[in-house]
Amino acid sequence: MRNAFARVICAIAESDPSVVLLSGDIGNRLFDDFKARCPGRFFNCGVAEANMMSMAAGMASCGLRPVVYTITPFLTYRCMEQIRDDVCYHNQRVVIVGTGSGLSYASLGTTHHSCEEMGMLRLLPGLTVLAPADAFEVEMTLAAALRHNGPVYIRIGKKGEPAVHAAACPWEIGDTVSMSEGTDVALLSTGTLLQEALHTADLLRKQGLTTTVLSMPTVKPLNTSMLGGVFSRHRLVATVEEHSVLGGLGGSVAEWLCDQPRSAAGLLRIGTPDAFLHRNGEQEHAREILGLTPVAMADRIVARLAGL
Amino acid sequence: MDSSTPADLEALSRRIRYRLVQMSHASGAPHLGSAMSCVDILVAAYWGCLSIDPAAPAAPDRDRFILSKGHAGSALYAVLAEKGFFPKAWLDFYAQTDAILTEHPHPHGIPGVEWATGSLGHGLSAGLGMALAGRIQGHDYKVVVCLSDGECNEGSVWEAALLAPAQKLSRVVVVVDYNKWQATGRSEEVTALAPLREKWAAFGWRTREVDGHDLAALSKALALPPDSEGRPTAIIAHTVKGRGVSFMEDDNNWHYRIPKASEVEAAGQELGVL
Repeated sequence: MRNAFARVICAIAESDPSVVLLSGDIGNRLFDDFKARCPGRFFNCGVAEANMMSMAAGMASCGLRPVVYTITPFLTYRCMEQIRDDVCYHNQRVVIVGTGSGLSYASLGTTHHSCEEMGMLRLLPGLTVLAPADAFEVEMTLAAALRHNGPVYIRIGKKGEPAVHAAACPWEIGDTVSMSEGTDVALLSTGTLLQEALHTADLLRKQGLTTTVLSMPTVKPLNTSMLGGVFSRHRLVATVEEHSVLGGLGGSVAEWLCDQPRSAAGLLRIGTPDAFLHRNGEQEHAREILGLTPVAMADRIVARLAGL
Repeated sequence: MDSSTPADLEALSRRIRYRLVQMSHASGAPHLGSAMSCVDILVAAYWGCLSIDPAAPAAPDRDRFILSKGHAGSALYAVLAEKGFFPKAWLDFYAQTDAILTEHPHPHGIPGVEWATGSLGHGLSAGLGMALAGRIQGHDYKVVVCLSDGECNEGSVWEAALLAPAQKLSRVVVVVDYNKWQATGRSEEVTALAPLREKWAAFGWRTREVDGHDLAALSKALALPPDSEGRPTAIIAHTVKGRGVSFMEDDNNWHYRIPKASEVEAAGQELGVL
């Protein structure tokens, strides 16, 4: 996904001279193309994320289109107030791209995990929150973010994630991408667990449960008309995300749901627990011990359906 | 820049100080000592350095001024009103219920306020972004950022201080309102700020040290041409908190105290405006 980010931002910046790229001393060689093709518009801001974030807001106030890029926890947790006061309060067109999101860097330890940042950022007025599933969705969301007249946060993974889609498709903020249609269960997946959600749907079908899978790259603003339809057409809706069940897509949908007059379908939030992960291991291992595998997700869904 | 004589500006500073005392009294809003401290810096900047047309406060090539020490917002408002960015009558309702002018300044509907401040340590970084944008877009505007000495506790100030010389942002000018106090104590007792000029110099800035109540000295420092080596400029302005009213000067109680009617009267007498 980060290679897709580097490729796409370079292509967009080549045709739009207002686009500038700020990096927090990461991406060694990743942006060589950008530096060569867009001279004077790449800034390595050093290991100083707070300054970088406010600088980006200042640049945007003068008409530039800054894209700020570094590892997600450093870019979000550390810069929460800069994002709030300088980017969002001033409603600046800054695109904040966090890389290595969720459990992408599981083996690097808890300081490098980010399973809470969408919950924090989602509370900021005016901030759009996007979580693409694969390299194609990186392309779609980044292009839409740079067209958007306001601040946008995009959480991406690392490199080497499987391509789930066959190609990029026309996409605007709020759009979902339908992967399969069913009537028993709907899986609303945001971010890099989309492949696992599709495998989960396969397992459910084997048990006779027809399953809708929607890729939902927009966590904020919620597409509530889409949600209304999904909840009326299924018995159970499950949100799937590599993020805490608090505050992310599952939290957002739960908040929306409790304000609805009635709901035909139940809601199950699948995500990371409200706890730090201390055990070492790669992303796959972390997903396994946290129940984010297709088998574990299918089991939970079946158990929940049995209780409905 | 401006045809005002030094005597005119000195009288203007006294008039603005009296206005700040009135505004604090009328609204019950604190930080009067901090606002009084930076009045001369603002007057020297707006009347002796900055090129900003009050009729076109969003012109792309305007100079930028950021009051990073946003708690002195009343001083910025009074200066902007004197300059004609908005009606002086707005000051009458400063920090009162449902007023446009909030205690800490913001640009939403207040012409001339460049950046919303109040949380310390943001303004310089935003200013660096503006300076980089000016370079990319081919503008030659200055970016002047006023910091407080207490604000220099913030790590982000020093992140910005490290980056600006590396980017050779010679159009950036920092003025530190160095009144030696912060909210609850002597700044030197809270953090080891001194030697402040040497700190900025060690970070790669061209530095000047001035009496922050000497309008001529401030104007001269602010009007320096850009450094030939590309360094940004830091002006350490030695100031007195509560400057201009003897019973407020260097008394940190006036960080939070609100003047009574009799004190407004006494301040006006002392400032020679009544």
